[in-house]
Amino acid sequence: MSDGKRDEILGRIREALRVPAPRDQSGHSSGKYPAPDRSKTVRELLPAVPADAEGRLALFREKSIQLKTDFHVVKGTESASAILKKLRDDCGWTSLASHHHSLIDPLIPSLGLETVFVEERLEPKSLERFSVGITGCDALIAQTGSILVTSRSAGGRTLSVLPPHHVVIATPDQLLPDLPSAFELLYSKYGDRYPSFVGLITGPSRTGDIERILVLGAHGPRDLTIVLVDPA
Amino acid sequence: MDQLFPSVGISVVRILEKLGHTVDFKQSIFCCGQPAFNAGFWDESRAVAVRVVEALTGDEPIVLPSGSCAAMIKNFYPELFRSTAQAEAAVQVSRRTFEFSSFLVDQLGVTDLGSRFPAKVTFHDGCHGLRELKIKRQPRMLLERVKDLTLVEMEDQTSCCGFGGTFCVRFPMISTAMGETKSTFALETGAEYLVSNDSSCLMHLQGLLSRQNRKLKTIHLADVLAST
Amino acid sequence: MASLFATKFKVRATQITADLDHRANIRTALHSYEKARDEKKGQYQDWEAARERASEIKWEAVNHLDSYLLEFVSKLTARGTKVFWAGNGQEARDYIVALAKERNARTIIKSKSMTTEEIHLNDLLQKIGCEVVESDLGEFIVQLRDEAPYHLVFPAMHLTRHQISDLFQQKLHSAPSENPEDLTMIARRELRLKYLQADIGISGANFGVAETGMISITENEGNARLTTALPKIHVALMGIEKVIPKLSDLALLLPMLATAGTGQQITCYNSMFGGPRQEDEVDGPEEFHLILLDNHRTQLLADSEQRDALHCIRCGACLNVCPIFRNVGGHTYDTTYQGPIGSVITPHLRGLTDWKHLSEASSLCGACTETCPVKIDLHHHLLQNRRNAEKKEPNLSEQFAFRAFALLARYPAIVNWLARVGRPFLPFAKVVDAMMPAPVRAWTSSRDLPAIARKSFRDYWRER
Repeated sequence: MSDGKRDEILGRIREALRVPAPRDQSGHSSGKYPAPDRSKTVRELLPAVPADAEGRLALFREKSIQLKTDFHVVKGTESASAILKKLRDDCGWTSLASHHHSLIDPLIPSLGLETVFVEERLEPKSLERFSVGITGCDALIAQTGSILVTSRSAGGRTLSVLPPHHVVIATPDQLLPDLPSAFELLYSKYGDRYPSFVGLITGPSRTGDIERILVLGAHGPRDLTIVLVDPA
Repeated sequence: MDQLFPSVGISVVRILEKLGHTVDFKQSIFCCGQPAFNAGFWDESRAVAVRVVEALTGDEPIVLPSGSCAAMIKNFYPELFRSTAQAEAAVQVSRRTFEFSSFLVDQLGVTDLGSRFPAKVTFHDGCHGLRELKIKRQPRMLLERVKDLTLVEMEDQTSCCGFGGTFCVRFPMISTAMGETKSTFALETGAEYLVSNDSSCLMHLQGLLSRQNRKLKTIHLADVLAST
Repeated sequence: MASLFATKFKVRATQITADLDHRANIRTALHSYEKARDEKKGQYQDWEAARERASEIKWEAVNHLDSYLLEFVSKLTARGTKVFWAGNGQEARDYIVALAKERNARTIIKSKSMTTEEIHLNDLLQKIGCEVVESDLGEFIVQLRDEAPYHLVFPAMHLTRHQISDLFQQKLHSAPSENPEDLTMIARRELRLKYLQADIGISGANFGVAETGMISITENEGNARLTTALPKIHVALMGIEKVIPKLSDLALLLPMLATAGTGQQITCYNSMFGGPRQEDEVDGPEEFHLILLDNHRTQLLADSEQRDALHCIRCGACLNVCPIFRNVGGHTYDTTYQGPIGSVITPHLRGLTDWKHLSEASSLCGACTETCPVKIDLHHHLLQNRRNAEKKEPNLSEQFAFRAFALLARYPAIVNWLARVGRPFLPFAKVVDAMMPAPVRAWTSSRDLPAIARKSFRDYWRER
């Protein structure tokens, strides 16, 4: 197949753009809003974020509560393991899917569940029957309570979205203040070769399509747990 | 305003004269040209608007007790007259034009007119005044100083009443529905009077209220401020 | 001469504006949105400056569209994406249909894409024997009802849970329920099977990032994530105007889209896709096709006065605040894009004569322009559409009326005299209402006429 009407479309675009459009359309109204300060960065326009690590952690916790994300902060692998064991029992996990990751690998054996790793290149659809997908992440974002993942940092595209429960293991140094810093991280970490999928996850899956009433677990995971493990 | 709500004009004149200003009115002016403009007939609109531009030479401020007419002159005359012989004059006129409540508060710095209007009222923000001219605080600052007046804000204050010029007769069913929603909110406040700075809104809402035999009365802001 | 579409619009509007249940339902649905939206807006350090910045990003992109599109395409093709430039809907449909045939596709899963609705893709795919399933819950529901989406962002906003329960009972043979959670789980189970079976996943794109060659998809449910993860082929259809310069622009646009559109700080899933799966990746589609769609967008681009309508990020905020939308609902528009933005662009996409009535059906209150996160001059464009329509094909009776008015305007004294003379006869207007000209009857059908004053203002002035 050819690439279609590329030249024709570009031709029409160039022709159209020969007439400039006014930059300030708001010239119509003698608006009394003060002229916006164009020198501010995006960071200064979005909601403010505390400057200190403790403040940011508190903000992330607050967002998680609002979003119904199950958020834990623990010290050491033992404690992280304990959290996962409790979840296993409370939620009735019978099987687990994950990818190999220095933070996650030590936690798996003690759970005693049927386990599969995506590196085994199984058919992604087969992840459907697993109770939980455990992944790492690139960052957590305090401003919004979000998780930044890519197909490289979180075991592909399917692992973090198909199983009904998604668990993320992260470390405190991964907590970033805001969205601009998340994109800065992407540039610096992947700038020469981006993964084919980059995602922001903010809370468990939800919909408001029925009478605008919030329901969790529409198609993605109904449960989202984040365990922040302080290695100290 | 001339034929249907002359008291509004009379109130404006009285208030300004009481504040010590000299007021003039040009008999040759009929209409700002907005109805034709909004309907898309810009040539016909210009034919009407040109009388305004020609009559209002000079440098005195031009005051209008109508958010929609003031917005037409202030915001749209420059565009309507662009590339015509009156282009420069139109820009000058637009710079000198003010809606009445904005003139009192922003230009003259006056909020207390010594008025008295013993009643519970609610205020409707006409869309042109609100969104084209950013008029919201000014009427309220003036009403606050009126003796024995209680202002109750209605729900959804900033939603359109449904007049919209030719819209109200081109799409009467939608216009009526919007007016019904608005008048319901006004009635829910329990106010005796519905006040606005735009006569067209008041005309439309009064038309609906009268047809439904409601007790709520409409009155222009200028008439309230001229009361003693 | 009103177009057929204009006549249908008025008929439907008349029916639905009288439906007080509909009016109340829509009001309730939008009320919680308004509270949430205002709360999130209030959290910004400077919302108005954010709108200004978002508008600048879009202005930059649209006014240098050719160079950003070329950058976008080159980055995408470098990583194995197949890019196709479709001049119109037909060409886009043909490409997708040919692909489906070639790959023997039986089941196609779709995530929400207004652009695919614009080109009426589903019908054609179904004609060649593909099962096409909408995975977004709202779209899934209206698809089962064989109905168009009611709202850009909330396709099933007009339905109650009872209606949805009945629908599921009928079409999916599920147990009845009044509980939205149960109903959502029914849909989830049903759609799970489709994700796993689908041969092709078709998505739209909210943005196309030129700098890194990625499309960005915003959603809450996770259906787009699944649509783009499981099937072996991913096809994305994107309007050419969606391209933005930099990846970091999303740091502003993603939260603004959510706040304006749904009253959330940011939606649940915001995903960027830059190509098919890479060699070292464990999953993902083997093929990624991106179809760029013109379909009259270059025409709108050429209208420098209205070019900023292409800045639209399809958030739906203008629909939410529009009093016309609230009263007539999404179906009355009878076209893909509803509300103020739809009224502005549809004449450009589908013809001025047939669609000017949407620009006329507005009181020009300006709430849309005030709320638009990218500061499109919406209500002024409606005015411009009206002007363009009258220039092209004037409504002769209205033009006559305005010309007569302009003539009278030269002689205000005559009008004054007419008013004095006519005033005593005004009460009789009620009696002869049926003989009055149409515009008068349009007023008097629901409203009383205002009284002509005994003395006009100019009478008062002269007598001072």
